[in-house]
Amino acid sequence: MARMKFLCDADRCIDCNACVTACKNENEVPWGINRRRVVTINDGKPGERSVSIACMHCTDAPCAAVCPVTCIFSTDEGVVLHSKDLCIGCGYCFYACPFGAPQYPRVGNFGSRGKMDKCTFCAGGGGPETPGSIAEYEKYGANRLLEGKLPLCAEMCSTKSLLAGDGEIIAQIYRERVSKRGYGSGAWGWTTAYYEGVAV
Amino acid sequence: MSKLLARIRFVAGPLALLMMVAVMAPSDAQQRNPDGTPNPTASAVDEQELLRQLPRIEGRIDIPNPREAVLIQPAGRTWDYFHEVILHWLGAIVILGMVAVLAIAYLLMGRIRMSAGRSGVEVPRFNGFERFSHWLNAVSFVVLGLTGLNITFGKIVLLPIIGPDRFSDLSQAAKYVHNFVSFSFVAGLVLIVALWIKDNIPRQVDITWLKEGGGFIKSKHPTAGRFNAGEKLVFWFALGAGAVVIVSGYLLMFPFYLTNIAGMQVAQVLHAVTAVFFIAVILAHIYIGTLGMEGAFEAMGKGTVDLNWAKEHHGLWLEEETTRRAGNDTRGEPWATPAE
Repeated sequence: MARMKFLCDADRCIDCNACVTACKNENEVPWGINRRRVVTINDGKPGERSVSIACMHCTDAPCAAVCPVTCIFSTDEGVVLHSKDLCIGCGYCFYACPFGAPQYPRVGNFGSRGKMDKCTFCAGGGGPETPGSIAEYEKYGANRLLEGKLPLCAEMCSTKSLLAGDGEIIAQIYRERVSKRGYGSGAWGWTTAYYEGVAV
Repeated sequence: MSKLLARIRFVAGPLALLMMVAVMAPSDAQQRNPDGTPNPTASAVDEQELLRQLPRIEGRIDIPNPREAVLIQPAGRTWDYFHEVILHWLGAIVILGMVAVLAIAYLLMGRIRMSAGRSGVEVPRFNGFERFSHWLNAVSFVVLGLTGLNITFGKIVLLPIIGPDRFSDLSQAAKYVHNFVSFSFVAGLVLIVALWIKDNIPRQVDITWLKEGGGFIKSKHPTAGRFNAGEKLVFWFALGAGAVVIVSGYLLMFPFYLTNIAGMQVAQVLHAVTAVFFIAVILAHIYIGTLGMEGAFEAMGKGTVDLNWAKEHHGLWLEEETTRRAGNDTRGEPWATPAE
């Protein structure tokens, strides 16, 4: 079975934030929460790079390990999902996440953060709701994977910088790009998320 | 001296300049590949290089939330290791270890009795306000300790028994209780410190008390003031550890007010490690105040102790109290015999 991953080709990302907007719209993400964001390193300096980042659906996901109520888990496809019914909003997944992915609707409000929200790889939620149901959509957003589609952020990407899908395939696409154009600044976050970069 | 400094400056100045040139020159040269074609990534930021230099990669972000400008913080995995491996073992060893030590102490020594037996005369030791402050602090501590342990050990101990739904409801409630009871803990600690700090200043007699093994060696009976060295150690430990858990706890309760992600991780580590040792020390405190010693609990229970208990454990304090009472009361007998 495919192991789902994200890969942002930073040499193609133009910081247009279309992925951020697409995600918010597709998943009806509430105000104040951004499941995906674009960070620009060395902004305005030579060699600046923008990277689109969200939950990377890590191998041995640290958020899942530290969760005091074990509401976070990895699916067979490596997608990290959680149950908002079980989440107590303690914030531990945020301390453990290398990518700042977990978001809370009530940040800083006297320790009552509310139910955690994060990127689901457009694969619905990890609760008891029927996959693809309206109840699931309202709580977690779209379940595009169920419909045979990939996350909308990557599908929308105008420069095809952001790749989503089977880790083997997107790594191969990236390798071919790098060998064709002769350069590449690496698969950002891969060594932290998956313990391995993309060897070119 | 100034000559030497001038010489150093004379050497170091050009050296620094040379080094700057050495660092800059290759980067300019790297703009082109060896075959002369331009290399667009020559000066590009490199993730692994950045992570070698900095603990986390930060940048600029378009969405109006500067907190999210951290791109990668691999320390999250380190914190995961601390929380899931180190803390679990440390907590289990320290807390269960203390329980084992206390059980062995009880089996070997039994209950420490008053060697002269009860006199039937009661000496006031803690007034109502002192007892209120102590119990405010104590009850808060027990509640905070249990709800805190649930966050770390609940999923191992309790979750398999009561199931995920009920465990989640319980943990949610426990989290709120933990957050709100913190205030009564702070109030209790402040009161305790204000009331007892003057009696907890270390004195010469404390060293003797410690050297003679406290009250644990039966042949010796080291005397003490109002608080003995053991109690003073608990007092100062509670003040120090209390301050650490209070500050780190409030930092976690107000994320991003004063700390960034790294600050929150450090705060959680300090909070958890301090709390583990705090719980172990307080277990010992509870043991000696209840099961471990005859006549100790009533001091904090009803506020009075037996005269013989006071003589045995707090001789200096009893003397001071006797003189003070005698000064106020000219009838001669300072301690009223209880009405029977």
